[in-house]
Amino acid sequence: MNKFSFVDCKTVDEALGQLNNGATVKAGGIDLLDLMKEGIVAPPKLVNIRNVDSLRGITVSKDGLHLGPLVTLSEIAAHPDIQRTYSGLSDAAGHAATPQVRNMATVGGNIMQRPRCWYFRSTDFDCRKKGTSDVCHALTGENQYHAVINNSTCAMVHPSSTAVPLLGMNATVELTSKRGKRTVAMSDFYVPPEKSLINETVVQPGELITGIFVPAPEPGTRSAYQKYGEKESFDWPIADAGIVLVMDGNRCRKAAVVMGVAAPTPIRSAAAEAVLTGKTIDEATARAAAKAAMQGATPLSQNGYKTQLFQTAIYRTVLLAAGQMQRDPSAIG
Amino acid sequence: MAPETMLQEAQDKSTTKGAQTVARPKGDGVKRDSQTPSTPSKPGPGMRSDSFVFGIPQNGLEHIEREVPVSEPPPLPQNSELTYVGKPTVRYDGPAKATGKGKYTADVHLPGMLYARMVDATIPHGRIVSIDTSAAEKLPGVRAVHVIEHVYGVSELRDPKLETPSRYPIVRYAGQPIAGIAATTQQIADDAAKLVKVQYDTMPFVVERNAARSPDAPVVFPGPADAAGSAGGGGGPKDVPQKGNVHGPQRRLKGDPEKGFADADAVVEAEYFTQVQTHSALETHGFVVDWKPEEVTVYASTQGTSSVRNEFADVFKLPKSKVRVITEYMGGGFGAKFGAGNEGVVAANLSRKANAPVRLMLDRRQEHIVSNRPDSHQKLKIGAKRDGTLTAIQLTSYGTAGVGTGAGTAGPATNLYKCDNLLTEEYDVFINAGPGAAFRAPGHPQGCFAFEQAIDELAVKLKMDPLVLRDKIDESPARRVERQVILERTNWRNRREAGADSGPIKRGMGIAQSVWYRFVNMNSSCEVRVSRDGSVELMSAVQDLGTGTKTILAQIVGEEFGIPPAQVVVRIGDTRYPIGPDSGGSITAGSITPAVRNAAYQARQQLFAAVAPALGTTADNLAMQGGRVVLKNDAGKSYTLKQVTAKLPTDEISARATRAPEYSKDRLTYGGVDYVELAVDTETGRVHIEKVFGAHDCGRPINPTGVISQINGGILQGISYALFEQRIMDPKAGYMLNANLENYKILGAREVPEIEIALVENYIAQSSTDAAGIGESAGIITLAAAIGNAFYNATGVRIRKIPMTPANVLAALGKAQPEVEA
Repeated sequence: MNKFSFVDCKTVDEALGQLNNGATVKAGGIDLLDLMKEGIVAPPKLVNIRNVDSLRGITVSKDGLHLGPLVTLSEIAAHPDIQRTYSGLSDAAGHAATPQVRNMATVGGNIMQRPRCWYFRSTDFDCRKKGTSDVCHALTGENQYHAVINNSTCAMVHPSSTAVPLLGMNATVELTSKRGKRTVAMSDFYVPPEKSLINETVVQPGELITGIFVPAPEPGTRSAYQKYGEKESFDWPIADAGIVLVMDGNRCRKAAVVMGVAAPTPIRSAAAEAVLTGKTIDEATARAAAKAAMQGATPLSQNGYKTQLFQTAIYRTVLLAAGQMQRDPSAIG
Repeated sequence: MAPETMLQEAQDKSTTKGAQTVARPKGDGVKRDSQTPSTPSKPGPGMRSDSFVFGIPQNGLEHIEREVPVSEPPPLPQNSELTYVGKPTVRYDGPAKATGKGKYTADVHLPGMLYARMVDATIPHGRIVSIDTSAAEKLPGVRAVHVIEHVYGVSELRDPKLETPSRYPIVRYAGQPIAGIAATTQQIADDAAKLVKVQYDTMPFVVERNAARSPDAPVVFPGPADAAGSAGGGGGPKDVPQKGNVHGPQRRLKGDPEKGFADADAVVEAEYFTQVQTHSALETHGFVVDWKPEEVTVYASTQGTSSVRNEFADVFKLPKSKVRVITEYMGGGFGAKFGAGNEGVVAANLSRKANAPVRLMLDRRQEHIVSNRPDSHQKLKIGAKRDGTLTAIQLTSYGTAGVGTGAGTAGPATNLYKCDNLLTEEYDVFINAGPGAAFRAPGHPQGCFAFEQAIDELAVKLKMDPLVLRDKIDESPARRVERQVILERTNWRNRREAGADSGPIKRGMGIAQSVWYRFVNMNSSCEVRVSRDGSVELMSAVQDLGTGTKTILAQIVGEEFGIPPAQVVVRIGDTRYPIGPDSGGSITAGSITPAVRNAAYQARQQLFAAVAPALGTTADNLAMQGGRVVLKNDAGKSYTLKQVTAKLPTDEISARATRAPEYSKDRLTYGGVDYVELAVDTETGRVHIEKVFGAHDCGRPINPTGVISQINGGILQGISYALFEQRIMDPKAGYMLNANLENYKILGAREVPEIEIALVENYIAQSSTDAAGIGESAGIITLAAAIGNAFYNATGVRIRKIPMTPANVLAALGKAQPEVEA
């Protein structure tokens, strides 16, 4: 690991004042420490925001849910209002990584994680994503865990589990810089590799996430999140699904079907949502939606099985959200 | 070398070469009928005849006469009649480990100690043109740089002249060590390592087994090359042909397999694939070396203090008397930690150059590359008569141990069951990847995955219950009892037709059996001291690699002196003490415990002789009974140990003893039967292991808690091997992609099923303790096969490839495109 300076900040202004000359924000430090240990990033300065009290706290109001970016995943998972009203988010936070990691990892850091790809995360390889080569090794190499959708430029996947329900719940992210504040919809937050290989999110240098807001759900809303991988304890998802259903009795009025590790950024499937909307939710509808979500997938040489896994993830999570199935023992985390 | 030959040598070569010759098996020995008591004859000179408890309690114990040296202690009765031996005993050093007081190699901190970092090759194959260390040497804080001249633990060309001489070794795998740097801090050493400039002349490479077999594949070696095994085994045959990268076959023929297949009523034939598994011990390989002119002190994370001393003496041309090796606590090795290794040699050179102690621990990435269990592609064919009698077995296996050899898998096919006609051909395939090494039951998990599934398939074809078929073909009395235990204590009788469940989740059960061999290392000595204050200590160079060796040694001494094991002071893992065996091949318990008992017994006899006059009696009138010293002729008189030692005329007495040769030349095996219940989610490809029941034998269990703990560990490692672990190489770059514990997936807490273990006592009358090791036959061999058989029972589909990841399971079930087999 490189040598670096460490600045401990108590306020947002103090932190913003330190965000210069290649400084990197450190909250829980979970992903950052891995990246530094592997030599993927070598920031000269870490700006520690963990002690900025104004960035903590969970507030539930009739308008919605406000999360300070320093709220930990275990705090989200344990919060009774989130469990009741935003259960997909509670599922995602409560099944991420390990209990120890969830105690340290913050929601702001969780959505700001760098992508997963073993070529990107190894100093052995130059690649298109790093800007050090023209090649995407995953396209022709070992790609069993890589993207099956939007994967022609760079086949990395985004690992954030909380981003999946946040996208399905139309959350917004508040960004603050010395120039002021702006609000970005989760649907605009991530930048796909076709648009930019350098910017993974819209967050600009000198900007800090100062809040995440989830609007209050319409009456009849139910949500769920499940992820699937090779093992239950501490594994990265190979397929996952975040489902938000606005139900009118047994009929679905509106649906959000979100996949995390299908593409380089979390994405919604309009095709799957169209299958569910206006229908009575049962296993056949759920399976039809799952199938629709994988129409047009472009699996690589080794990850064709992920399309099967995504279909399972989606149909089972639709049924879980609709209250027609228990949490799946095959889901991980 | 066949195991029985090794056993013979182990008995014959008592001291000098024993540790090196008692190499671990490749498991290619012949079938042996192990438990026929031999007929007693009149004892020879220096010998006497004793009557030993013999057999398996479930079958009714017998007694057997054995001729033993007169210096041997009297035979031990069965465990139920003993006080400490055979009783569940808490781990001797458990509290020290749990509280962090135990000092592992990485915890050793000597005054003035330097920290080292290895510089590794960044290409998979090529010549080193130059190495420029000047920038590294100039970095403030750097104290020594050592460039490697010879790489240890890899294959060597039979004819070195086939390669142009060079000052540097040829790089044959990415991650091959090139140099080491010692500095005042780890950070400086790490930074300096990045400043070393290596210029390569790259050569074509291959990292896939199948591609490497092609006649036009790049060759890893320009001619035939062979690897020596370590003190822990591994290594392949040396007298075999080699074409390109294909080394072998080692061929073994018995009877007439062709005729056997012609005589068969049923034949099963299939191909099986297993992956490369890395050792992934919790503690990485490492050393602290303190090179002083008068003595080189080596703190080593090793399975063999003797093996480390031997290799240091060999490499540095030092008398063994000037090398001291210390292993107080050890964080796992699984077969990969014997000898000095490249890191030990580098640490020693750096210490010598810097004139200061040097600590060199590998990082996790290096640990993944330094050793592995070879993969396999096996073609297996078995023929049988209608009643189950095996008529022929034919196995061809190809496996890669990277730049090493030792990928043979024929152990189970050769040694599990009686079959008169057998042909096995084992090939090693060289690729540009880190060397294979001995790994918990070398060759056997791979071989068993194929062989025990094929036996199951045969049972299906013959419409026989898999347990009944094994009753027919398995001659081991212990496994017969174990199968009975499985039948009585599991759900086996409720086993259903294959693929009986209709939903996406399918449940099933299966079993598989293991075989391992009794090896003994005669380099097994111990000293026991008794002080006037009643304290007792034992000393041996033998190490405890985490298996609980300290505990069983304390139990044995405790039994002789009538004191609780926790009161015995155990000093082991230091070559200043009497020599101990290297721990590999389940050798430790069976080798060292007789030496410890003998020393304890002799110390006790000396004690009795020394105090008898003061107690107004003679030594032969004193005995140990119920934890007290009693007078045989006066039932009313008894003393505590302390009361007796208080009468010692000197402050201390001590006795030193060595292990006697095996009491009989019978060739023994151990084994086990493991039962698995699982659920297969056919839509996610997840395999959930729900229950494992293991029935195992290992001679006389000394500490049932420790034995069960090791079996639990073997079962978990076996599940991890079957479901998760695999080394993934990038074929274009030649690098390991998952050299970490994030993408190299190992079973975690949530993957642990309900486990139940039944120990079958098996008194073999071979030594003064009758102890045996359990490390190899403890589940690692069987689990992949048992899971495969249960998978078939659940789904009606045979899975012939591990690990059973969602990708491989969905492919086997026809729900995803299979990958092209590499």
